[in-house]
Amino acid sequence: MHDLMVKARVLEERLIQMYKQGHGYFWIGGPGEEAFNVPLGLLMKKGQGPAHDYLHAHYRQSATVLALGEEPIGALRQMKNTATDPYSGGRNFAGHFSRREWNIAPVSSPIEVQYAMAPGTALVQKRHGGDGISIVTGGDAGTAEGDFASCLVWSSRPGNELPLLIIVTNNKWGISTPAETQHGETRVSDRGKAFNIRSKTIDGNDPITAYQELKEAMEYVRKERKPFLMEAMVSRLYGHSSASGANFVGNEVDCLAQFEARLEKHGLLTRQEMDDLRNRYTEEMAAMARQVRDEPLPAPETIWNHIYAERK
Amino acid sequence: MANMAQAVRMALHYAEEHLGVTDIFGEDVGAPLGGVFTVTQGLKTAWNSPLDERGIIGTAIGIAMAGGRPVAEIQFADYIYNTIDLLKIAGNTCWASHGDWNLPMVVKTPVGSGIRGSIYHSHSFDATATHIPGWKIVIPSNPLDAYGLMISACQELNPVMYLEPKALLRVKGEERIPGEPEDDRQLSKMIDAPLGDRSQWKAQWPQLEAYAVPIGKGKVVREGSQVTVVSYGRTLPLCKKAADELASQGVDAEVIDLRTLWPYDWELIKASIEKTGRVLYVNEDTEVTNFGEHLVRRTVEELFYKLLAPPRLLAGKFVPGIGLADTLEMASVPQQGDITAAIHALAGEQP
Ligand SMILES: Cc1ncc(C[n+]2csc(CCOP(=O)(O)OP(=O)(O)O)c2C)c(N)n1
Ligand SMILES: [Mg+2]
Repeated sequence: MHDLMVKARVLEERLIQMYKQGHGYFWIGGPGEEAFNVPLGLLMKKGQGPAHDYLHAHYRQSATVLALGEEPIGALRQMKNTATDPYSGGRNFAGHFSRREWNIAPVSSPIEVQYAMAPGTALVQKRHGGDGISIVTGGDAGTAEGDFASCLVWSSRPGNELPLLIIVTNNKWGISTPAETQHGETRVSDRGKAFNIRSKTIDGNDPITAYQELKEAMEYVRKERKPFLMEAMVSRLYGHSSASGANFVGNEVDCLAQFEARLEKHGLLTRQEMDDLRNRYTEEMAAMARQVRDEPLPAPETIWNHIYAERK
Repeated sequence: MANMAQAVRMALHYAEEHLGVTDIFGEDVGAPLGGVFTVTQGLKTAWNSPLDERGIIGTAIGIAMAGGRPVAEIQFADYIYNTIDLLKIAGNTCWASHGDWNLPMVVKTPVGSGIRGSIYHSHSFDATATHIPGWKIVIPSNPLDAYGLMISACQELNPVMYLEPKALLRVKGEERIPGEPEDDRQLSKMIDAPLGDRSQWKAQWPQLEAYAVPIGKGKVVREGSQVTVVSYGRTLPLCKKAADELASQGVDAEVIDLRTLWPYDWELIKASIEKTGRVLYVNEDTEVTNFGEHLVRRTVEELFYKLLAPPRLLAGKFVPGIGLADTLEMASVPQQGDITAAIHALAGEQP
């Protein structure tokens, strides 16, 4: 788990650096959410089709995707919008993953739309049987959109409850707007109560807690075939995106630093070992970034490709 | 003959039996009502959804992602507007994911005027739908095409917007749907839900046959040599009637039913205009940034030197809504007289 958290952090820091060096137009991602997003990926039932888990992700989900086993170079390619970008062929922003083979639905920029779609995959899964579930993630500010309410309504229809894990990663910000100036509810998770959806707010900065809570919630959704609303309190360590500078903020809990202090204290890893790991990933990803830099952009005529799917 | 509502219903039955349609859903789509226009009565995969258009489109996308084949209904096109960004996503999912995902889904919705629907039951959607790339958009003007286009829509790999001209839903066809019984009353007894208690009722479906109207193919519904009239949906039968009437006055109009708005049958339009040198586009959506304006632009750019008169567009007035009073509706969207006059004028127009 620690290894993946470091890997994800280093990946995001590499993406930010690429942006700052002019090797990408825009950065957005998930540094500060690793403690929650890594266990989420580890606990997912990976594969294609309704027997496996679907992920309708937020744009801060790199750690989940790495935990599922994805190679980091794809994210770098998307950052550099090369023809080799495996998620969008150079069409979309960083952090906009898509991988049908693993049921990762394409991330799209409009906030909250994934909450309107997730009941659809969950509905097919309910009918299909088995223990595959759908998982949807997004931020706190976005819960003000109607699509969040749609998700609660559609997943809790009496007699048609859906196997859907509804996650809100609450960093208490929507770009520059503090949550407490816009949200009258005490907790986002309280909104589940009105729909008889089992709900909980957890500390998303602690990977052990996150793992256990996610495991328990997932088991409930898998077995009971009913929704669960989980609000995870997380940090936003480099601000909203490159539009706000993408600089490290000193005043939020750093889940990785906190976890490392704990690992060191309990004698599970030494500072030296952890530094070595980080340096190794840093070097690896620097090399990948150099490789990606020389890859070609998509050819102009490719704008016409994939407007429609065609029968093979 | 079946009316359009019955035709679409039979096509949906065929599609859930033979084409893998898994979910026909929307507001009041399931039992007991079977849709506010009765289109989804008696269908085994029809179900009632929450009153939430964004949820309907979003769920259709999700079902399509997970391998289902949904036909989602928006009860009136007037209420589809708050789903526009989801429609855009459905249209761009294949492209944005560089071909990774495709969404085989149909969205059907009744459009247009003709039932005195006032401001919020009269909207058209063709102008807006044709601004959303990645969809295929169809609109029938008679029951047989309605049947065949729905069959094609349910075989598509991509999102299909199926616009139902609500003024035509109760109009009987002139051509028999393959498998439809001879007698209308018998058909009604078999597939129209009875009044009163319907809890025990089940449709008796006729032995329907596959009949697909290919997406992207228009149809010449009346041949003529002097002027081309291109229309679709509610105004199509009006154009046909106008052309038939004008024949006695020496005007020989060719009428094309576009049937598919995207990707549309330019070859058919082009060949006709090359023959006649005159073209009138007719639809009832508001005329500013109307789909017909695109067709006029293309006509000017590609066929300018073949033209004997300026290409014309007859469409709805650019006003905020269609008022309830008869006089207001008549003044807002093309009526029989407007169409006849426009064809007549264009046929005789001289430089
Ligand atoms: C529908 C929509 N409105 C506005 C935006 C612009 N926007 C992008 S991110 C964002 C804030 C989202 O905040 P939150 O949901 O809390 O997620 P976070 O970024 O904090 O993880 C906004 C307003 C958008 N992408 N989509
Ligand atoms: Mg936030």
